[in-house]
Amino acid sequence: MIQAHDSVIVLMLGRLLIPLVQLFGLYVLFFGQYGPGGGFVGGVIFGASMILSILIFGPSASYSKVAKKVVHGDGLGLLIFAGVGGLCLIGGGEFLNYAALEIPGLEVASRRYVGIMLTQIGVAVDVAVTVISIVFSLSSNDEDSHA
Amino acid sequence: MTFSFEIPLLILLILTAGGAILVKDLVPAVFILGSYSFFLALVWAWLGAPDVAFVEAVVGAGLATVFFLLTLFETAPKDTRLHRPPPPLAALIGLPLLGFLLLYAASDLPNFGDPASPASVHISPVYLENSMHDTLTPNVVTSVLMDYRAFDTLIETVVIFTAGIACVLLLRRNQA
Repeated sequence: MIQAHDSVIVLMLGRLLIPLVQLFGLYVLFFGQYGPGGGFVGGVIFGASMILSILIFGPSASYSKVAKKVVHGDGLGLLIFAGVGGLCLIGGGEFLNYAALEIPGLEVASRRYVGIMLTQIGVAVDVAVTVISIVFSLSSNDEDSHA
Repeated sequence: MTFSFEIPLLILLILTAGGAILVKDLVPAVFILGSYSFFLALVWAWLGAPDVAFVEAVVGAGLATVFFLLTLFETAPKDTRLHRPPPPLAALIGLPLLGFLLLYAASDLPNFGDPASPASVHISPVYLENSMHDTLTPNVVTSVLMDYRAFDTLIETVVIFTAGIACVLLLRRNQA
């Protein structure tokens, strides 16, 4: 149902804005430990940039190819999050107690830092994939009824 | 007395919330709802919660608007059969009474930013004092969300995952 927009202005602005939005999403994700933001917002901003590319260039454009592939990764973020918890179990601690992460050469506080970073990436992946898959679910019905 | 922009902000909030309900056409209602989320994000930022303001601006004003619009394009964007019956008498009497009771109860709440309020003397100081030492994370919000209360966040992630899976199962039923 969603098709590429036919206005040159919208297409040009999309080409300019989408990489910026993605960069900002990554910034918010990885600097969530120093400023406002974090996994959830970073993932949502990154997903929103991909939704923008779907809305502007259409689902079949090369810009949106990544977004189409991303949908298959549903559950990957949750796997990362729970997997970090499982690694803590393997390291001899409690579930999600990052101090038990088996990383050589790191103190307890640094291990917790790495654990927070990894789980934030997990949350971001989960949120971004969910957001994109909801958009694809909402917009794919029309094609089916006509096909 | 300096000009405080909180009163106009709250008035705009109430106006946009009422407008989103009262507007007949559904597409303008969606956009008014988006502006409501934007004003709400400003309120969060003013209250000193930039993390929440971030989420409200991106999810409420951005993504929810896109989702609503996609849904409207799939169904009927201009539902002319939309008619609202006058509210029943019980609601006319009961809801103001409930609002009065809530306002009466709100007078017992501690003042905003009160350092002696129960919320800021119980467990918050522990997080604020130990976050940097324990996790090397200056942003206490992140360290609370991701380390001290990681279980909570894990289950929230499960909820988001479930929502996405439910959308796929319900909406892509006809797809092979």
